[in-house]
Amino acid sequence: MALKMVKGSIDRMFDKNLQDLVRGIRNHKEDEAKYISQCIDEIKQELKQDNIAVKANAVCKLTYLQMLGYDISWAAFNIIEVMSASKFTFKRIGYLAASQSFHEGTDVIMLTTNQIRKDLSSPSQYDTGVALTGLSCFVTPDLARDLANDIMTLMSHTKPYIRKKAVLIMYKVFLKYPESLRPAFPRLKEKLEDPDPGVQSAAVNVICELARRNPKNYLSLAPLFFKLMTSSTNNWVLIKIIKLFGALTPLEPRLGKKLIEPLTNLIHSTSAMSLLYECVNTVIAVLISLSSGMPNHSASIQLCVQKLRILIEDSDQNLKYLGLLAMSKILKTHPKSVQSHKDLILQCLDDKDESIRLRALDLLYGMVSKKNLMEIVKKLMTHVDKAEGTTYRDELLTKIIDICSQSNYQHITNFEWYISILVELTRLEGTRHGHLIAAQMLDVAIRVKAIRKFAVSQMSTLLDNAHLVASSTQRNGICEVLYAAAWICGEFSEHLQEPQHTLEAMLRPKVTTLPGHIQAVYVQNVVKLYASILQQKEQAADMEEAQAVTQLMVDRLPQFVQSADLEVQERASCILQLVKHVQKLQAKAVPVAEEVSALFAGELNPVAPKAQKKVPVPEGLDLDAWINEPLSDSESEDEKPKAMFHEEEQRQAKHRLPEVDEEELARRREARKQEQANNPFYIKSSPSPQKRYQDTPGVEHIPVVQIDLSVPLKVPGLPLSDQYVRLEEERRHRQRLEKDKRRKKRRDKEKKGKRRHSSLPTESDEDIAPAQQVDIVTEEMPENALPSDEDDKDPNDPYRALDIDLDKPLADSEKLPVQKHRNAENAKSPEKEDVPVVEKKSKKPKKKEKKHKEKEREKEKKKEKERKGEDLDFWLSTTPPPAPVPSTDTLSANTNTDAAPKDELEEPRREAQDGEDQDQDQEKKPSKHKKKHKKEREERPKDKKRSRKKLPGSEEAPGEPVQNGALEEGPLPPMSSYSLLAENSYIKMTYGVQGSLQDSQVTVSIILENRSSSVLKSMELSVLDSLNTRMARPEGSSVHDGVPVPFQLPPGVSNEAQFVFTVQSIVMAQKLKGTLSFIAKDDEGATHEKLDFKLHFSCSSYLTTTPCYSDAFAKLLESGDLSMSSIRVDGISMSFQNLLTKICFHHHFSVVERVDSCASMYSRSVQGHHVCLLVKRGENSVSVDGKCSDATLLSNVLEEMKATLATC
Amino acid sequence: MIQAILVFNNHGKPRLVRFYQHFPEEIQQQIVRETFHLVLKRDDNICNFLEGGSLIGGSDYKLIYRHYATLYFVFCVDSSESELGILDLIQHLLIFFLIAPKVFVETLDKCFENVCELDLIFHMDKVHYILQEVVMGGMVLETNMNEIVAQIEAQNRLEKSEGGLSAAPARAVSAVKNINLPEIPRNINIGDLNIKVPNLSQFV
Repeated sequence: MALKMVKGSIDRMFDKNLQDLVRGIRNHKEDEAKYISQCIDEIKQELKQDNIAVKANAVCKLTYLQMLGYDISWAAFNIIEVMSASKFTFKRIGYLAASQSFHEGTDVIMLTTNQIRKDLSSPSQYDTGVALTGLSCFVTPDLARDLANDIMTLMSHTKPYIRKKAVLIMYKVFLKYPESLRPAFPRLKEKLEDPDPGVQSAAVNVICELARRNPKNYLSLAPLFFKLMTSSTNNWVLIKIIKLFGALTPLEPRLGKKLIEPLTNLIHSTSAMSLLYECVNTVIAVLISLSSGMPNHSASIQLCVQKLRILIEDSDQNLKYLGLLAMSKILKTHPKSVQSHKDLILQCLDDKDESIRLRALDLLYGMVSKKNLMEIVKKLMTHVDKAEGTTYRDELLTKIIDICSQSNYQHITNFEWYISILVELTRLEGTRHGHLIAAQMLDVAIRVKAIRKFAVSQMSTLLDNAHLVASSTQRNGICEVLYAAAWICGEFSEHLQEPQHTLEAMLRPKVTTLPGHIQAVYVQNVVKLYASILQQKEQAADMEEAQAVTQLMVDRLPQFVQSADLEVQERASCILQLVKHVQKLQAKAVPVAEEVSALFAGELNPVAPKAQKKVPVPEGLDLDAWINEPLSDSESEDEKPKAMFHEEEQRQAKHRLPEVDEEELARRREARKQEQANNPFYIKSSPSPQKRYQDTPGVEHIPVVQIDLSVPLKVPGLPLSDQYVRLEEERRHRQRLEKDKRRKKRRDKEKKGKRRHSSLPTESDEDIAPAQQVDIVTEEMPENALPSDEDDKDPNDPYRALDIDLDKPLADSEKLPVQKHRNAENAKSPEKEDVPVVEKKSKKPKKKEKKHKEKEREKEKKKEKERKGEDLDFWLSTTPPPAPVPSTDTLSANTNTDAAPKDELEEPRREAQDGEDQDQDQEKKPSKHKKKHKKEREERPKDKKRSRKKLPGSEEAPGEPVQNGALEEGPLPPMSSYSLLAENSYIKMTYGVQGSLQDSQVTVSIILENRSSSVLKSMELSVLDSLNTRMARPEGSSVHDGVPVPFQLPPGVSNEAQFVFTVQSIVMAQKLKGTLSFIAKDDEGATHEKLDFKLHFSCSSYLTTTPCYSDAFAKLLESGDLSMSSIRVDGISMSFQNLLTKICFHHHFSVVERVDSCASMYSRSVQGHHVCLLVKRGENSVSVDGKCSDATLLSNVLEEMKATLATC
Repeated sequence: MIQAILVFNNHGKPRLVRFYQHFPEEIQQQIVRETFHLVLKRDDNICNFLEGGSLIGGSDYKLIYRHYATLYFVFCVDSSESELGILDLIQHLLIFFLIAPKVFVETLDKCFENVCELDLIFHMDKVHYILQEVVMGGMVLETNMNEIVAQIEAQNRLEKSEGGLSAAPARAVSAVKNINLPEIPRNINIGDLNIKVPNLSQFV
């Protein structure tokens, strides 16, 4: 063995380490791949060795190779081996490799669960840390489910280093296992107020990330974040919070009002640009959210815009970029304030930095008005000419279209200008956005009726010059515009000047080189054109011309019939037959124009893109129901492939037909040329057919139109858009003059009457009357379409699963899965991994006495409200309205103050309602938990009985209901921790004592029940303090003063009051004497009454239920500094299960582990003493062995326990 | 969320690749290459933000990068991160990556012509460990420099107390190997040694 070690370390000496590997790779630049494959072979050898150091070294090298792009998934198992090494050095290497290479598809990942759990509970914080870091990268749904509970426990780890990592990784766990969000959320929320800034920051980070996706669920946290924002000095945290508020304000405008002041202060005070920028961003978000309801935040807007201007003017390009980015957000709601900085933004258009130019382009969108649209677009067009690189130019193109088409072309006054801009844009080489231009052309032509004539003339020119647009192969994107051109010319053919000319242009042979879908449109629209020509000719009684057109069609359509594109082929052959039929009829001199035109009668209206989706499903129609029963599987399997195969064969045969050999083609071409030469309608001067086969002889002599590309391309015959700018100016000038004239007249009239305040004749946006109007403003939607926003939601969004209501109380089913322990294992083995985790959070309130519950609840809720103004409405309304932003108008201030008292009035009423059917809750846990449980019951009143019957013992170990719960036995009679304190004819007092770990105090809950017919008021509790035990009194009161009970008791009502006591020594039971004084008032008058009592603090009441892991428990016992004692009680008939439950309940223990008739239990005193018990069940007897850090405490507790057990 | 942290040199050679979302190796390499081409064509005096678009994640994601000497540091982040904050973070990481390894490795070869980049190359694992203390699972874990240094140092002490990965003899050998690397090229043949080792075992 020893030698093996020596051998291992000698081997080890000559292994390459990471540095050697890197050096080697650098020295083998020329044959790197070969060298690396050699290294991988070596690594494979190393991985086969037993020495873990060798393996770790190999895995480390693999991690490097992974970075270079080599797949290392084959070593996944070895990585796990290294992860499970005991040394931190190796473990760290293993986890690093795993975090780089493991993913959900790694099958061995499921082997890691136990290893990771072990590392998570490792005593070394760095083992835990490294495991958490690794897990954050490769957590899978399975791992998340199995480890969620362990990680949640780590969130309360003593080391902040672990806490912050555990908090952060919870986000990943939530993503993979959304069910864990609700159980874990309360603790996550607690961490927002963690004393360690790192943990706090991590919690903020996680919640911000969650809230970003589903902000509405986190609105209730706003007050907490507000507090953090005003108190935190960590810029990183501040930025996150401020960003979060930016996401929350759209949901709650009142929040925005509250935020403006602190944010403005931050903007003024901070020196950190990053923080300033985020503040400005959030103020903008606030302003956007307010813009609907609240007018006049101009001061804040001005502040933002002014700060942004500083950013934009900064020499730092980053600030400039961000400034523009934020500016574009203001633009959406307050375009006016941005427009004043037009100069600056236009200047940014000339920036050398493309990112900045793009941002400035975004802003232009909002800068345009009727007045300056032409000017801005002109500027952009010059940029288009200058732009290098297609991306930026394409961006420019889309922006021009966006700017012009925004809100139904509201800024366009002259559509002729716009059409010519669109036509000019077709000159762009290699743009991807041909379809955009095409869509615009179509949209404008359809929706602006007045422009159709002009559009058609432009489009026909475009068709005529199609060769310019579609000639070069790299300009393919732009040929899309021909699609629009053909359609417009066809659809609105009545506006064509020379329809026949256009028809010929559309039937040119080179059209067949266009993409199929464009050809299809050509074919279809050729017929429309044809129909209108026919009609024209027939009306003119020019039968010969009509027949000539038909002949042209018959001659040219076959070229489309041969198309390889199915759509084209189908349409062409269909139409060809139609035209041939028409030809026959024409030969008989039958007028056909009417009938052919009837094919295209009616007008097309634009339909909204989502119209189809929005048609409501008629009642009684089930879209999921089968119309015909589906065929059985066997049938379809047998038949389908056959049919498909058959069809395919046919189609192939059909297709092969046109693809004839070269000779045949040449022959046909010759024939066609012959035909063309003989055809009187063939225009020989038209541009030559596109070269289809480069090598075909005889193409050379076809005249090719040479395009001189050095001069900017101009489509001949098309007016330039610049002309329109001039024309438009003239037009406006004329309009102005006319208007002035009219105004003058009016003014003259007015002068005669009353003198009215009249403005100078400035040209405002509204004054410019557009030359053409958009006729069809709204797109058609089906009747009673459902208004919905659902269209935007992506059902596959992983964050949707986290859209969980967090304010809803936890249900029983929502507990995190906890590993169950196996019976066979040694009870005290510290190595055991299947630790029963007693989940603190899911602990349920103890059994209560029903009659008292209502009052207690009511009171608690009030108390809670007082303590934390946690309710969001309350927080938003009772605080004073935001400090006056310079011009807050009085109206808003009024509504604010009005709202506040109203809300306050509402609060108590709501509480009273809430209190009606609630269980009481005596737990002195942090109040939010209480609230949770209460609400739960509030919402499930039906479950009340069930949950009340549930035994605390069973709930303490949620994962093992069968073992620990009362299910296997009969139910235990209801237990109460309340015992009688004192009673007389007026009042009955029962009390319970509860310790709390946090402040080593005990809380006494006293239930006061009014038995008389009088109203009891002015109740006061005075207790004689002992040296050891004192009652906590309100500040400033003396030792002899009583503590008032904060409520009155009407007849027959009971309520609970709580009093806090501080105890010095808890090892002995204590008794305190006290008196309750009160006034009993009935119809006859008031009497002063007193009731004496003795408060008994048992030792058990100083114990608090604390969960404990079995390994920690084992360590505790082994540590040896605990003293031991034991008791034995005979004659016990109760089942072991119920016995344990009783101990748990009355003495505040929790079950650590239970094996058959033996159980270990743990509890902790309010002063931190550990109390461990081993309870063994014999024949009719129970023995309890206890170990405790204080012998007296232990013996007292055991005595008390003996008394309890004796009653069993 | 941070989607990826990429460090590569002026030639596009990856020096640190950390994805917080799984991509197969070849896709990772492709992303590194494309990112490299995106940032390469940008001048040094233009802004450090780049809308990556199709690369990772989509339109919500941005590339935030810094060019430092021969290295590009690129963060791919979504809109929940503060742009300027991330730029600061890169600055901090730079300090860590380039200075910290020297602190951790006692014998730093000073003959390298370009210390900065080579530190990164030879101590990729260390650099990852540093990064892990700053960013975890795509979220910023700690921004307090002192805290980060303290944790890294504590872990290194722990590693040292365990004897480290390369125990003393191995380090010595590796040092010997390094001294005259050009003169004795690859003459340490593992095959030969493998023969010797069985001999050793026969002694027992």
